[in-house]
Amino acid sequence: MPSIAKPVAVHPSLHRNAIGLNLRDYEGAMSTLCAGCGHDSITAAITRALWELSIEPHMIAKMSGIGCSSKTPTYFVSGAHGFNSAHGRMAAIATGANAANRELTYVGISGDGDSLSIGLGHLCHAIRRNVNMLYVIENNGVYGLTKGQFSASADVGSKSKRGEANRLAPIDPAMLALSIGATFVARSFSGDKEQLIPILKAAVAHRGFALVDVISPCVTFNDHNGSTKSYLYTRKHMHKTTESDFVPPASEILATIGQSGTTTVTMHDGSVVRFTAVPEHYDPTNRQQVLTYLQENRDAIATGLLYVDESVADMHERKRTPATPLSRLPQEKLCPGAAALQELQEDFR
Amino acid sequence: MHQLLRTRVNDFALKLANVNGTGSASANSLLMQAIFRMGIPVSGKNLFPSNIQGLPTWYEIRVNKDGYTARALDYDLMVAMNSQTYAQDVAEVREGGYLLYDSTWPLDPHLIREDLNYLAVPFSKMCNETFKEARERILMKNIAYAGTLVALLDVDMAVVEQLLDEKYSAKKAMRESNSKALRLGYDYAKTHLLCPLPFQLEKMNANDDKILIDGNTAAALGCVYAGATVAAWYPITPSTSCMDAFKEFCERYRKDPETGENNFCILQAEDELGAIGMVIGASWNGARAFTSTSGPGISLMNELLGLAYYAEIPAVIVDVQRVGPSTGMPTRTQQGDLMEAAYASHGDTKHILLFPSNPAECFEFAPKAFDLAERFQTPVFLMTDLDIGMNDWVVPRLIWDGSYTPDRGRVLNAEQVSQMAKFQRYYPEDENFVAARTLPGVHSKGAFFTRGSGHNKYGGYTETPSEYQEVVDRLLQKHKAAAKFVPAPIIVRRPNARVGIITIGGCDPAVREAVDLLAARGIPADYMRIRGFPFNESVEEFIQHHNFCFVVEQNRDAQLRSLLVLETSVTKDRLRSILNYGGFPLSARHVVEPIVSQVPPELQSVPTTKDSNVRTIVSDTWE
Repeated sequence: MPSIAKPVAVHPSLHRNAIGLNLRDYEGAMSTLCAGCGHDSITAAITRALWELSIEPHMIAKMSGIGCSSKTPTYFVSGAHGFNSAHGRMAAIATGANAANRELTYVGISGDGDSLSIGLGHLCHAIRRNVNMLYVIENNGVYGLTKGQFSASADVGSKSKRGEANRLAPIDPAMLALSIGATFVARSFSGDKEQLIPILKAAVAHRGFALVDVISPCVTFNDHNGSTKSYLYTRKHMHKTTESDFVPPASEILATIGQSGTTTVTMHDGSVVRFTAVPEHYDPTNRQQVLTYLQENRDAIATGLLYVDESVADMHERKRTPATPLSRLPQEKLCPGAAALQELQEDFR
Repeated sequence: MHQLLRTRVNDFALKLANVNGTGSASANSLLMQAIFRMGIPVSGKNLFPSNIQGLPTWYEIRVNKDGYTARALDYDLMVAMNSQTYAQDVAEVREGGYLLYDSTWPLDPHLIREDLNYLAVPFSKMCNETFKEARERILMKNIAYAGTLVALLDVDMAVVEQLLDEKYSAKKAMRESNSKALRLGYDYAKTHLLCPLPFQLEKMNANDDKILIDGNTAAALGCVYAGATVAAWYPITPSTSCMDAFKEFCERYRKDPETGENNFCILQAEDELGAIGMVIGASWNGARAFTSTSGPGISLMNELLGLAYYAEIPAVIVDVQRVGPSTGMPTRTQQGDLMEAAYASHGDTKHILLFPSNPAECFEFAPKAFDLAERFQTPVFLMTDLDIGMNDWVVPRLIWDGSYTPDRGRVLNAEQVSQMAKFQRYYPEDENFVAARTLPGVHSKGAFFTRGSGHNKYGGYTETPSEYQEVVDRLLQKHKAAAKFVPAPIIVRRPNARVGIITIGGCDPAVREAVDLLAARGIPADYMRIRGFPFNESVEEFIQHHNFCFVVEQNRDAQLRSLLVLETSVTKDRLRSILNYGGFPLSARHVVEPIVSQVPPELQSVPTTKDSNVRTIVSDTWE
């Protein structure tokens, strides 16, 4: 409840990260979501991942739309600016924010209604632009705040709380993203922090748009028998395509290279993501193979870092913008001045 | 059958009827530009279809030594190059006027008007004999009629040749074809027609300090000078050329000469929802950001405009208005977005609007729009229209004040934030009801949650009535406070005037001409052109000072009048509407007749012509 403030006392034994902050420094306000909501577990994983990455809180920008998922940026890193925008529009707003200031770490939190229905267009185009950001879909198959309507990610045959079955084909954000050139696609489960944290860290380190689809059961409207987004169903049907480990740039990585069955991908910032393919021959760097795999395993929930490509330029690289954020360029650099105007006007004679 | 007319110098109008997509535009603007370079006041209005090729299109040129260059409606000469519209074009020529046509084919006898003078030139035949390629034959026909007009109107040939030299400096073959075609038309006219016509051109020096520019280009240039770095848009007629121009200017002025890096970022969005979202995101992050769009785009942007208003995020929107509702007529002009823009979005919202009247003001108002958006932390609309945006206007040379410093509004830096006990987003407010904001990435003590949901003055979520009201009441006060900062109306007073005439935007030249014509007919009127919303207090004073005022605007529903009634204490009966909303630029005739028929005889006086006591006033109060 928002009326209950978190205690400010910090136990001296709490670990500090590389910039001297402890986990509490990455927490936010108390959650107002339902007890047991999958989103709260994702919040915990994000908190942990950002702490482990030692990003200064004020250099994080938390972006969201509208819905249960979009409330969650309040619940982590209170020292970061947050923008709880309008339903479905977060990807567009984050794109503009990123254009203005490329130095910040953008953490976008969305839901399946926000991303796959009302905001589907913005999501697709942010992927196409390869906007450098982490984009989490807290995916529960229902509209929670309006009490349980099916969302576009509901599986065919999945039943609502009232027993009505969904008949419309679902939009799988991972398949969709892969088909339009996404450079980082992962899926995880809110109940599997071990898997989720390294994925989130790799997503932040990624050069460009990192889509992380997290199955996050809605305990109030979609956690019953017959739902394909319940805790039970997800636990029974999820399987890992990859096990990944994130190694920050400063760590010794030489020792990990060459281990049998392990692939390493060096991220843009010098960090390393180490994969172990769980099904044999699963290659997270081969888009076509990944698409085929997902297509062939539709009845299961494939999780892990599904696909990554660090070779594609992000929006700023394509636009050839300077390293200094556009928002900080001084007027002298931007205004051509009075003399240039007089000269230019010879063209208008 | 030449009728003998008194020779008129630098005072006539011609209309060119063409088929779109055939290259007529370059011939027409060549003529217009040549007249401009001859130093004569001139205007060109392109009346074009929403189509790429094959439909009727017209171009009107009005020349007037006294500077009246609004649309004329009385055409002394029709250049009838489109057989689809012959009948209509013949009918539009003034009594005793001239019609130039392609005599390769005989003119339908039904199209002969006894009172007109027909000028026959076999353009197609000549071009087919001279040029080989089919496309070239079509294109050069336009230059050929331009050549004929050079002879008929006494356009300075040296100026025309010079313009062609400049245009085709890098394309020698094109230059030669153009020259040849120009001569075809010119020589034929000189041999077969009586040149020049009784109305003709003569060099003046009225344009020494003038330029020829369209409003979209000027607005884009204003955005460059204002320091806009992020621009997001979705292509839409008639605003597209604004972003095209912005890109061109950025390529020229914003590329780092050493690194080749771009000190700008232009995003072509997925739709207008995305475009305004990007602008809001960038502005939230401290960049000067804008979008250019038109009415349909504003409709889509309504949702996020409410967010920017309520969360208090700057944004600049260039609205190049076209004819609505719905798709309406995309290539026709109107002032139909006034109400939509003033109150865009659901709930109680009010926005700041600026109304430039020509390209020079588009340039001047663009930095103002950014200053106001940042000073008041809110969306600001630059309300132009298709006539201003896409037609070339003769305007005074643009001036840039080198001492201009952008007003970035109340933004706290790291040091200021760190010294605060606690940062509160919407409290305390200044005398303009604006609270200081912080930018992301500056200091963690300045962090807050921007939200479009109910919030209290500290920025926290609320559903408590009093807390909610406190914030929206302040927003109302803030909007009112902006009235002092928007450009004041332009007021022109005339002795003995007892009625007022109020207008906005691109209606300006037509209404000014109308005011002079009315004075000559015994109806002296004071003139006021409103330049911003919320209304400056002198707007209301002007209205109160007159028995009644006419409000001239280009929409069906008298939107400016409605805004005046809603936002001032003026009663409805004091404001009478003169409306013109068919989609073409306004003419003085549209204004004069309805006013003459409505002004009661007791308010009319002795006709006056030029009056030395006419006074133009900017930014003062009434007495």
